[in-house]
Amino acid sequence: MSWLNGRSFSQGVHVPEFKQATCHLPIRRLPFAPVLIVPLSQHTGAPAVSIVREGQEVVRGEPIAKAGGFVSVPMHAPATGRVERIAPAPTARGDLSTAIYIRPYPGASQEILYGAPQDIERMTPDQIIAAIQETGVVGLGGAAFPTHVKMKLPEGKRVDTVIVNGCECEPYLTTDHRVMVEQPAEVLAGARIAMKAIGAARAIVGVEDNKPDAIEALRKAAASSPNITVASIPTKYPQGAEKILIQVLLGRQVPTGGLPSDVGAAVFNVATLAQIGDLLPRHQGLIERVVTITGPGVAKPGNYLAALGTPLRWALEQAGCEPDVASVILGGPMMGPAVGSLDVPLTKGVTGVLVLTSRELDGRRKIYACIKCAACVEACPMHLNPSRLGMLARKERYEEMETAFHLNDCFECGSCSYVCPANIPLVQYFRLAKQMNRARKSNLAKALQ
Amino acid sequence: MKPVIELRTSPHLHVPRSVQAIMLNVVLALLPICAYSVWLFGLSALVLLITTTAACVATEYFICKISGSESSVGDFSVVITGLLLGLILPPGFPLWMAAVGGFIAVAPGKMLFGGLGFNVFNPALVARAFLQAAFPVAIMGYTPALALRRFAEFIPSSFAMPLIKAPPLAAWIAQTRVDAFTGATPLMLEKFDHVHSAVWPLLIGQRAGSAGETPALLILVCGAYLIFRQMMDWRIPVAMLATAFLASSAFYLSDPSHNPTPWFMLFSGGMMLGAMFMATDPVSSPVTPLGIWIYGALIGLITILIRLKGGLAEGVMYAILLGNAVSPLIDNLTQPRTYGARKKEAAG
Repeated sequence: MSWLNGRSFSQGVHVPEFKQATCHLPIRRLPFAPVLIVPLSQHTGAPAVSIVREGQEVVRGEPIAKAGGFVSVPMHAPATGRVERIAPAPTARGDLSTAIYIRPYPGASQEILYGAPQDIERMTPDQIIAAIQETGVVGLGGAAFPTHVKMKLPEGKRVDTVIVNGCECEPYLTTDHRVMVEQPAEVLAGARIAMKAIGAARAIVGVEDNKPDAIEALRKAAASSPNITVASIPTKYPQGAEKILIQVLLGRQVPTGGLPSDVGAAVFNVATLAQIGDLLPRHQGLIERVVTITGPGVAKPGNYLAALGTPLRWALEQAGCEPDVASVILGGPMMGPAVGSLDVPLTKGVTGVLVLTSRELDGRRKIYACIKCAACVEACPMHLNPSRLGMLARKERYEEMETAFHLNDCFECGSCSYVCPANIPLVQYFRLAKQMNRARKSNLAKALQ
Repeated sequence: MKPVIELRTSPHLHVPRSVQAIMLNVVLALLPICAYSVWLFGLSALVLLITTTAACVATEYFICKISGSESSVGDFSVVITGLLLGLILPPGFPLWMAAVGGFIAVAPGKMLFGGLGFNVFNPALVARAFLQAAFPVAIMGYTPALALRRFAEFIPSSFAMPLIKAPPLAAWIAQTRVDAFTGATPLMLEKFDHVHSAVWPLLIGQRAGSAGETPALLILVCGAYLIFRQMMDWRIPVAMLATAFLASSAFYLSDPSHNPTPWFMLFSGGMMLGAMFMATDPVSSPVTPLGIWIYGALIGLITILIRLKGGLAEGVMYAILLGNAVSPLIDNLTQPRTYGARKKEAAG
């Protein structure tokens, strides 16, 4: 199926990759921090509900919180130790959220004793979906949307293709890259489980061509699976966005406001599937993930396997920081938020930690008026008109942005801000506009009650 | 001191190309044209360019000062306006009128709308249109290129004073006249005297005309530099020149004895300068992919229609101003089809 290779999408941007520092470094384990902070809400959806009490001893891998509904997942103890307290903890968004503080026992073997193996071959799709919820796996590519919810198709929808997202188009990040190189069998096992749960006949793994070793490893592992294809696609940002990748690999466009299942596709990140492929047969929970700690401000950049709940400060102490750290970003530089506190824990959705120094920040950039150069219009992968949207946002005409200029199709990839010569914070305007529209609608709904 | 980490919004990477860098590169691309213009027309062209640029910069500086806002001179866009205005006036244009033009370009043409990014029309062309209406005689005062004593003396009209009749140019032209060069531009000769001009002198600019519009090849090269640096939209000149070529071909083929060749149309008048440096002004052109093509094509077509069917010899200026005027409309009518747009929406 070589016709899949070399396909791409129109528009988008070519961003410097900065992946050389870590892309060849094997995944290494980060030591346990003195205290692990496990927030109950580290996924999209309802927060998990704690099932432990302060002072309780927990065993590594044991459930410590149960799912708070269908669109929610349980949490598992990332280390054997004692629940120190259940209290608010800072989050990357800036607000506080309830978390379970666990102090690992320094002398514990930290062996995972919890879990009972299960035979996936004999499970029904619904049983698989329920089991995936029990593992606590969410989208590890950054969205942290519960994976089992994506597998539960709406009534009447059929999915023919599972798309395995190995693009990792964000600069600096190499977690997916290393997972594909080191755990191709787990990735494919996860893909097979997803195909069975969804009832899809085939899977396509999309990998950008700047990762030839990952493509080779996956192709070797998939040699005996005729229904799994590995496609090498030209590197371009934001190819790893769900809707874009569907268009690249299947030539289908998800209708606005719709879901991938509307066009018969389901997209899963490689790290997510690798965890499912690894955890599900053993019936264990998600307790750690690979995080790329990198950037000019890091002394020992690398791909680290970190226990969930590891405080950022501890992780950076292990990797070493340059003295002139100016900004710490969770995720990649295009979409990742900068954090205001180093006491934020690494959670399920954190793909990387990027540390920039004052050299990269380079003072304040002057913001000019839009000169209508159309660079953003050429860059937007959704073919929106960011120039016009930005001008409307300046005038606070948020409603018009949504009704006349498709604001809600924007998935905030940042391509427009990246290319803007006037340094207009377009994406930030759009985030604000969406929030204002949501607030207006909820106020309206309240007023009508 | 406690180390501080900064909070900024994503994306944390940016292309190094700023508005200032773009404008500075346009200025750099205009400088060879200015230098060549000085070589062709001598001292008068030099002082003309200095006068228009100084007038534009000073106007913007003082308006910023009066309005209490930060000076926007540093973004270099006003330098472009000044240079362009100098380049589209006759080389011997009276300097005091040129200074008035500089004021008109920046004060009502740009700052009144809100400065860079908000002007509807290209400021230099606004000034040119004003000057054409206000000083119809002076603006037709073209002189030949490569006059013998062009570095020894000024064109007499340069230092004409307000309210005093300018010295007649005809005598001066007769005195400095080089072989085959007259004071009339090739387009004027074509239109009013039915004299055809050869294309080669047009390419290297050795003809009468506005100070900087004549060297078609040099303008092409300078524009190509900006396109190469991704600081100019290549689609606008391509659309404009291609449409102008096709439209004039149609006229030429229908009546070769009365209509000039398309090559002549392409390389005469302000076609090249307009296509490369005036129509491409991003502020006053559309942003949508389809709109950009329509805009360029529209300007090319109107230019040819004015030249061949209108009362004026040259039509680039009004064609671009007209294009500027309709560019918001073009933008509205050509919004891009978004990813995943539903059928009924796309139709409505």
